Amino acid sequence: MDTRATNRLTGIAVVAVVAGMVGLSFAAIPLYRAFCQATGFGGTPKIGTAMAPGGDGVTIRVRFNAETNPGLPWQFAPDITTITVPLGEDHLASYHAHNESGQAVTGVALYNVLPDKAAKYFHKTACFCFNQQTLEPHADATFPLSFWVDPEIAKDPNTADIHEVILSYTFYRSLDDANKAGALAKAGPHVGGSAVTN
Amino acid sequence: MADTTHDHAHDHPHGGDHAHDHHDHKPGFVARWFFSTNHKDIGTLYLIFAVVGGLIGGGLSEIMRAQLQFPNNHVVTSGQEWNTIITSHGLLMIFFSVMPALIGGFGNWFIPLMIGAPDMAFPRLNNISFWLLPPALVLILIGLFMGESGSGWTLYPPLSNATYESGMGMDCTLFALHLAGASSLLGAMNFITTIFNLRAPGMTMHKLPLFIWASLVTAWLLVLSVPVLAGAITMLICDRNFGTSFFDPQGGGDPVLFQHLFWFFGHPEVYIMILPGFGIVSHVISTFSKKPIFGYLGMVYAMVGIGVVGFVVWAHHMYLSGMDVDTRAYFMGATMVIAVPTGVKIFSWIATMWGGSIEFKTPMLWAVGFLFVFTIGGVTGVVCANAGIDESIHNTYYVIAHFHYVLSLGAVFSIFCGFYYWIGKMSGRQYPEFWGRVHFWLFFLGVNLTFFPQHFLGLAGMPRRYPDYPDAFAGWNYVSSVGAYISGISTLVFLYVCFRTFTSKVHVADNYWGEGATTLEWTQTSPPAFHTYSELPRIL
Repeated sequence: MDTRATNRLTGIAVVAVVAGMVGLSFAAIPLYRAFCQATGFGGTPKIGTAMAPGGDGVTIRVRFNAETNPGLPWQFAPDITTITVPLGEDHLASYHAHNESGQAVTGVALYNVLPDKAAKYFHKTACFCFNQQTLEPHADATFPLSFWVDPEIAKDPNTADIHEVILSYTFYRSLDDANKAGALAKAGPHVGGSAVTN
Repeated sequence: MADTTHDHAHDHPHGGDHAHDHHDHKPGFVARWFFSTNHKDIGTLYLIFAVVGGLIGGGLSEIMRAQLQFPNNHVVTSGQEWNTIITSHGLLMIFFSVMPALIGGFGNWFIPLMIGAPDMAFPRLNNISFWLLPPALVLILIGLFMGESGSGWTLYPPLSNATYESGMGMDCTLFALHLAGASSLLGAMNFITTIFNLRAPGMTMHKLPLFIWASLVTAWLLVLSVPVLAGAITMLICDRNFGTSFFDPQGGGDPVLFQHLFWFFGHPEVYIMILPGFGIVSHVISTFSKKPIFGYLGMVYAMVGIGVVGFVVWAHHMYLSGMDVDTRAYFMGATMVIAVPTGVKIFSWIATMWGGSIEFKTPMLWAVGFLFVFTIGGVTGVVCANAGIDESIHNTYYVIAHFHYVLSLGAVFSIFCGFYYWIGKMSGRQYPEFWGRVHFWLFFLGVNLTFFPQHFLGLAGMPRRYPDYPDAFAGWNYVSSVGAYISGISTLVFLYVCFRTFTSKVHVADNYWGEGATTLEWTQTSPPAFHTYSELPRIL
């Protein structure tokens, strides 16, 4: 093969590597999500309908935390802040919210579990955070969730020292809703997202 | 490095008439410098560009040290102005000074000359890869002068998102990185193809000069890491302008993912900046010790090892981003492993000097200075690598001191080392030895005075990226600022050295360093003919 052809081949190979790396950087988004769900990385709890296995009476304290993004005109808080539950048994808890604005607002809650290493043993079987929630003007709502904590958490030497897990939610206004409400239009001629003027 | 024979005396000065060449004479000014496809001219353009970028970025650092000279100072009028200055300083120094000098400048000049190739594999791509940089510089400067790119060079959202940095200047800065990244990728593609395919007959991979190996590893690091930065800033631009939410939790994104992507690029990037310097320093130490480099293969595979391991340590920049203990333990261990190949290199350089007939000409001063500052920076790097210690020194001046010792001192010393080593080869003229030494000693004094006290400030808890500090930090900050002014003066000496060199009447010989300089570029005239290696040298 003459030099020109070899050069072209090497050049194409390098371009392919570059394209592959660009692809990988975008693939990182779903991969990162899958990785977090599989390993509980960053406090990602298990979600799904897996049945609670039942336990042997060991208990753990669960603390409920609530945050509200300033862009969302809601009051949002847990009905009770802590509860002691037996490991391996399904449990029901609830939050409540109140829409303080005069228009219907849609919010979405992000969630995690602290400490991070406890997340892979924390199972959510049903949660208001799996879907967007819409509150009519000045309406109240109760948001239920059900969860169980895997008894393995007490046997795993990495997590045996955990006696309290914190279940945390942060409610945001959904992007679509913020769009409709015109938050984007106020953000200036060329920028997206909801903008705070400086 | 290699013994050579020549089939033919092939180096006519310009105007030489090779029978079959289209033209060995130089084209006119516009065609030569704007449409250039000649690796030496493009290398020269890169070097000039690096000086311009370095002067602007260095000027910004003088402003920063003036602001920090006294507590409650008002050189910089607002926090946003300060943030914009530190952002531009970092980006200018990395993308518009160190990389153009080491990779674009010396790489373009000496890869073909050292492997006996007539030019780069894709000369026209080479032209594009340089000419992407000036518009990128303009975009960076728009971000700077609009005062709208205050995210820090790491560009973390939410600091860089539409909420906190809503101006167009931030978009300009992001696009500047796109252009600079594209430029680096085209350059890297050219380097890889050239080194793989255009080596002179007989020059096997294990006979390649170390600078070529360093450039090859650097090019691979660029190819594997820059696309990830490109992907990340594309997502950031979309988040800012098109309503996506890759890094916006409101729409289900995760800002920490940006940090992972950024540092997957950012950590190899620091090796991209230092590896070519390793190559240059190896040649200079070997030349001025009049000995072949100690442990050539060890040196080669140490660089390869640094390159490979450099890709799996990125999260040591993110110890405080909420990682669990096991993850931190892994990244800590992996990071410390890099000290091993780096140590192999340091000790091999020392072993090269050991028992050598050492001559302390200016390039050797810079090379030994490099060993000194790079070792200090390497040792503090191992300190920073400890996840536990990092809890207290993260984002303090200790980290600033660490990475300036390896980059602002290490990489920049290697640039000046290469400059004094090769300027005679590139220009055909003699640099003034006395002023070269003055430049070295002033710069050495200045930068050490600037950055060594920053270790103390960091350990005492002074955080980075603030335009002010409590009175307790006043003393060492004053010393640091004085050091910065001395470094600034040394830069003026450098410009004087350039002036004296280019106006010098003394023309240098082909191999003006004598027996110690054994690589192929020393078989060429100084400066080399416009077209070199019309007949390929044979390596025995």
